[in-house]
Amino acid sequence: MRRLAFMALAPFCVLLLQGCAGWQSALDPKGPAADELAWLIWFFTALCAVVWVLVMIALAAPLVMRSRPGDEPLLLDAGAERRKMRVVVTAVGLTAIILIGLTLLSFFANRTLAAIGSEAVLTIKVTGHQWWWELRYEDATPSRILTTANEIHIPAGEPVRLLLTSTDVIHSFWIPSLAGKLDLIPGHMNVLDIKADKPGVYRGQCAEFCGAQHANMGTFIIAEPRPKFDAWLNDQLQPAGAPASGEAKAGADLFLKRPCVMCHRIGGTPAGGTVAPDLTHIASRKTLAAGTLTMSRGNLAAWIADPQGIKPGSHMPVADLNGDELNAIVAYLEGLK
Amino acid sequence: MSSADVTGDRHIPEPDPAKGDLAPERDGPRDTGMDDASLHRWLERTWRTPSGIVGALSSVDHKVIARRYLITAFVFLGLGGLNAVAMRIQLSGPQRGLIGPDLYNQLFTMHGVTMMFLFAVPIVQATGIYLVPLMVGTRNIAFPRLNAFSYWIYVSGGAFAWVSFALNMAPDVGWFAYVPLSGPEFAPGKRADVWAQMITYTEVSSLAVAVATIVTVFKQRAPGMSLDKIPLYVWAMLVTSFVVVFAMPAVMITSTFLILDRLVGTHIFNPAEGGDALLFQHLFWFFGHPEVYIIFLPATGMVSSIIPAFARRPTFGHLGLVLSLFAVGLLSFGLWVHHMFATGLPKLGASFFTASSMMIAIPNGVQIFCWLATLWDGRPVIRTPLLFVFGFFFIFVIGGLTGVMLASVPLDLQVHDTYFVVAHFHYVLIGGSVFPLLGAAYFWFPKITGRMMSERLGRWHFWLAFIGFNAAFFPMHLVGLWGMPRRVYTYPAELGWGNINLFISAGALLFFLSFVLFTFNLVHGALKGTSAGNNPWDAGTLEWATSSPPPSYNFARIPIVTHIEPLWAERETLPVATGLRVDARELLISTVAEAHPDIREKSATPSIWPLFAALAVGGTFLYSIFTPWAIVWGAAPIAITLIGWFWPKGDPEDQE
Repeated sequence: MRRLAFMALAPFCVLLLQGCAGWQSALDPKGPAADELAWLIWFFTALCAVVWVLVMIALAAPLVMRSRPGDEPLLLDAGAERRKMRVVVTAVGLTAIILIGLTLLSFFANRTLAAIGSEAVLTIKVTGHQWWWELRYEDATPSRILTTANEIHIPAGEPVRLLLTSTDVIHSFWIPSLAGKLDLIPGHMNVLDIKADKPGVYRGQCAEFCGAQHANMGTFIIAEPRPKFDAWLNDQLQPAGAPASGEAKAGADLFLKRPCVMCHRIGGTPAGGTVAPDLTHIASRKTLAAGTLTMSRGNLAAWIADPQGIKPGSHMPVADLNGDELNAIVAYLEGLK
Repeated sequence: MSSADVTGDRHIPEPDPAKGDLAPERDGPRDTGMDDASLHRWLERTWRTPSGIVGALSSVDHKVIARRYLITAFVFLGLGGLNAVAMRIQLSGPQRGLIGPDLYNQLFTMHGVTMMFLFAVPIVQATGIYLVPLMVGTRNIAFPRLNAFSYWIYVSGGAFAWVSFALNMAPDVGWFAYVPLSGPEFAPGKRADVWAQMITYTEVSSLAVAVATIVTVFKQRAPGMSLDKIPLYVWAMLVTSFVVVFAMPAVMITSTFLILDRLVGTHIFNPAEGGDALLFQHLFWFFGHPEVYIIFLPATGMVSSIIPAFARRPTFGHLGLVLSLFAVGLLSFGLWVHHMFATGLPKLGASFFTASSMMIAIPNGVQIFCWLATLWDGRPVIRTPLLFVFGFFFIFVIGGLTGVMLASVPLDLQVHDTYFVVAHFHYVLIGGSVFPLLGAAYFWFPKITGRMMSERLGRWHFWLAFIGFNAAFFPMHLVGLWGMPRRVYTYPAELGWGNINLFISAGALLFFLSFVLFTFNLVHGALKGTSAGNNPWDAGTLEWATSSPPPSYNFARIPIVTHIEPLWAERETLPVATGLRVDARELLISTVAEAHPDIREKSATPSIWPLFAALAVGGTFLYSIFTPWAIVWGAAPIAITLIGWFWPKGDPEDQE
């Protein structure tokens, strides 16, 4: 019997262990906000578990009692009823006390969270689009404003302020291992302060249903040591490099002649579309199509050749390219480090 | 006037012409002093549903309408369940290609819409339509034609949604249909319009039932059933009906604003023109949160009916339970913002809603503790209905406690819109409502059909449902904390959610199978079940006083209530009131608080017009997804059918 119970529980244990490797997990906090929240989650869970066990004991108690003598349902023992009333009133009182405690706890946790971003060193405007993230690193100097997409580099150990909005439908920005989520709502601007304690890559994805490709709207926060971050920022502010090979040169020309140019921007070239991700340094990103594919020559080609097969419903149309043209464009984009 | 019927016989006051009552000389035969056989013949002739197809379609008998509602809602449960099974197969592994995003988004929208609007609300209301008139000891529900109309509207709304699904034009914007995603710019085609109009008309039906229920409870209670003797189930349905009356208009406004934006070109929700997308969410959740209690409160009434029957004593803390119902009903309107914590509302305001959301746990706690205290008198009689109530405690308490977690603003920001929330509300809705409903099905099935369901199959059903449910939904808490958002049609393999999702899918299949077994038990019970008798559980409320199934007129003589559990207090025979006419559909109307017999009132006769009116309204709604002129053109047929419905029949009352 015990073995049977063990066998029934085994899958749960495996699942529990497996979950600890979370890359996108609220239970694997990597920043002060997520730390506070993980603590809150565990505290609530523990307290709720105790309450639940007590209720279950109270529920199971009558199963081991003797049956009621006789069958006169209206004949009640007045003393027993009074005792019960005392127990019920006490239980209700305890419930109220616990709930007041939890309300205060959550109020103070909220204050702690609000304090995190008070000294933000960097402001990034995150605009949600169906189904990718536009990022704008704000700066007082217009030439140092950076526009990029999907992968948010931040300096580790420093608080960063994210301004969240949307130009189409409602999205929600959520990096579980760093902070709770906050919506991106057209016509509204929300502020989310985050801080990553250590360098690392933290995954997140859109958490508010936003249409066909809600499932493939991933994002990454890449926290780096300050010098590395500064170097990255300076690199990104440069215009795109010139095509290195003849094939890439042909690709650059094709890019400007084909529909690509209608939507995408490549800094330093006439391509200036703003309705789709900025491709100036696309090859420096880890993924394609908002976390849908890892960055590689093959995936770039696949994505351009068949965007509707990979991300059905996405706004990337099929460009009519032959094999050589596709290769040329891929060669060009691959060089945009 | 002779008064020699039964001991305790009380007469309904003589008609008083001065008060506008019927003049005695126009009266027909009354039940006073009539022998049982001829009374049955008279009442059966007066109250029966006419034969033939037209007769069946004209029925205004609350039991007939309720049976139709129950069966239809059960069919929708099956369809919504199939949606879920399809989704679970798609999610059983990462990057499965079985179902694409277009179909998947329709599937989860239809699952939500079907379960909320076509299954849960109608089935709890249907149970009320069947039971409330029996429990308060009257012959039919108030406004029986409105009640019939509500059923036809509901069926046409459900058919509308499912026919559009078959045509690949079902809504794909979620059951909540947030703008701008459902607005004119981002939801081309007719899918979101189907959502908007289907919502509006199923809510018309649920409002109609709510009004009928409220009036039945207030004015048609058997003499003596003063406020303190109303059964808890009836209280629950009364509070629910009030919640419906105040909540449903909010969602009807939301869906109407949406269709105005889409069809007429208003900009109510368009931020570019000064509208606001968040307004939609406020309006929707002002309905959406009470909606949960519309589904849950009737289930508490069922629990309050099942527990005393098997604990063999009246419910402990009756007054506390009634007050809790009112408290929950009232507070349910003050929590809607906890669905919107992630929208970035002012922090202090959000904290207020944390407090109010926590507060509703107190009356719910009172209910749980009172039920537990009811069970503490000794070992209860363990039968299938009580097993499901035990399942209810086990599951619902988990759902309630995770609800407390979600009430906390900061905590909610981590779990909002993840599988944790999916787990939470399935624990609340399935644990809090479906398990009591299943218990109620076993409990009242003998009353409705006259036959018992199999106890052996019932136990198998319970354990299958209990294990399947927990296997399917408990792991969802975990996968949500590991970062899996809701409403995704697939997920990448690298995130490591594959195995747990496979496990969840297996549990979901098991849970679905439990309903197959339940269906078999229902059919088997209806055809081959052992005969039940009037009161198979020896329960105490009035519905068990009449035969199983009850006759068309419910009670040969209207009972007089002397106790909260009348059948336990009057073991021999119930005292009855006499004086009602038997050749016309007459009801006894009583006073609201004390339930003193007040006047005799006609109850509407069968009519085909409610069906025609529903068709006219349904046609108008359907047409209105194409052009706003539908409202203009539809007004004429609706007016004609309403004239037919209310055409005077030459009754003396009509002439006054």
